[in-house]
Amino acid sequence: MSTDSAPAAQEPDREPDQGPDLADVPPGLAALFVAFARMSLAGFGGVLVFARHAIVEQHRWMTADEFNETFALCHFLPGPNIVNLSMVFGARLRGLAGGVAAFAGLLLPPTLIMTVLAIIYAHFGDLDVLRRSLGGISCAAVGLLIAVVLRMMTPLFKRIDVVALILMLGVFLAIGVLRLPLQAVLLVAVPVSIGATYFLRRKVAA
Amino acid sequence: MNAENPIWALISTFGLMSLFAVGGAAAAVPEMHRIAVEVHHWMTDKQFADAYAIAQLSPGPNVLIVTLIGYAVAGIPGALAATLAMCLPTALLAYYVSRLLNRPSQSRWPGLIQAALVPLSIGLMAASALILARLTDHTIAALLLTAMVAVIASLSRINPLWLLLGGGLLGFAGIV
Repeated sequence: MSTDSAPAAQEPDREPDQGPDLADVPPGLAALFVAFARMSLAGFGGVLVFARHAIVEQHRWMTADEFNETFALCHFLPGPNIVNLSMVFGARLRGLAGGVAAFAGLLLPPTLIMTVLAIIYAHFGDLDVLRRSLGGISCAAVGLLIAVVLRMMTPLFKRIDVVALILMLGVFLAIGVLRLPLQAVLLVAVPVSIGATYFLRRKVAA
Repeated sequence: MNAENPIWALISTFGLMSLFAVGGAAAAVPEMHRIAVEVHHWMTDKQFADAYAIAQLSPGPNVLIVTLIGYAVAGIPGALAATLAMCLPTALLAYYVSRLLNRPSQSRWPGLIQAALVPLSIGLMAASALILARLTDHTIAALLLTAMVAVIASLSRINPLWLLLGGGLLGFAGIV
């Protein structure tokens, strides 16, 4: 869960605008499908890095700045960011059909792989060897998630951003310890956080 | 399409959940666990932890843990229904919003909302880590493995896949 869910880690990623050096012709629907299928299948542990490489550097379908803007939009909306990105990006180049082609390319091949794995797991999940191996992988996967969380927290600690740290702790306790439903927690936390951010920024500006 | 139909339950559950999934797939893990294990009893704790491990190890967006949950509930139709329900509504929302905000830099609201969501999504991801650690780290050796991976991945830029495979090997050898 490293890259496609870690916005803060992606911030320093800005490069100089690559200017008019873009591809001349927008890609066709099949090219969009294939490009997103390839980045999806390359993306072990997160697709974002591969998506950025393919879109900005390999195919030159977007400048680095356009990519960052598109990603920022997809990040502030709910849902899996990279999936949102495929739809928005494809639609920018080829309308809604392009969005659907990129969306399908991103999701169809890995969904099929995942379904096959689900079938294998349903048949052999009780085998001791498989249970032990998956157990070890789970432990490592939790460690990776902790590392991402630590990296994302670092800027908040460096800025001694007390309000953000309290909000973070509150959401952590409500969801992780008290196990309250997500909707209820967010219906309170999102307005509080937006309000606090708004007033803090006004105070800084004044 | 009644309330008893498992496919409909998957579609309504994940369709609604995706609209609240700020911070991506990792942030939605606690809610997935609460719904799949505690509310509906679709899976056991062990099955949920395994599904998370498989989703991490496979290519593609990590949100596809919902494919595995869907399969456990209703086979292949369930897998497809859960995946589409989790991915399509927010993708369409993103499509319409991006058409509305053709020039996102003109308004300061997207930036402000994004900044406001950052601490919430970190809190959600920390909660995911706690819940998953409770599911997987039953022994001292398992806890040590998790801690070691966390330290290595924080300090180095090693490809995460190697750490996952290392964990799998230690499990295979019966050490954790």
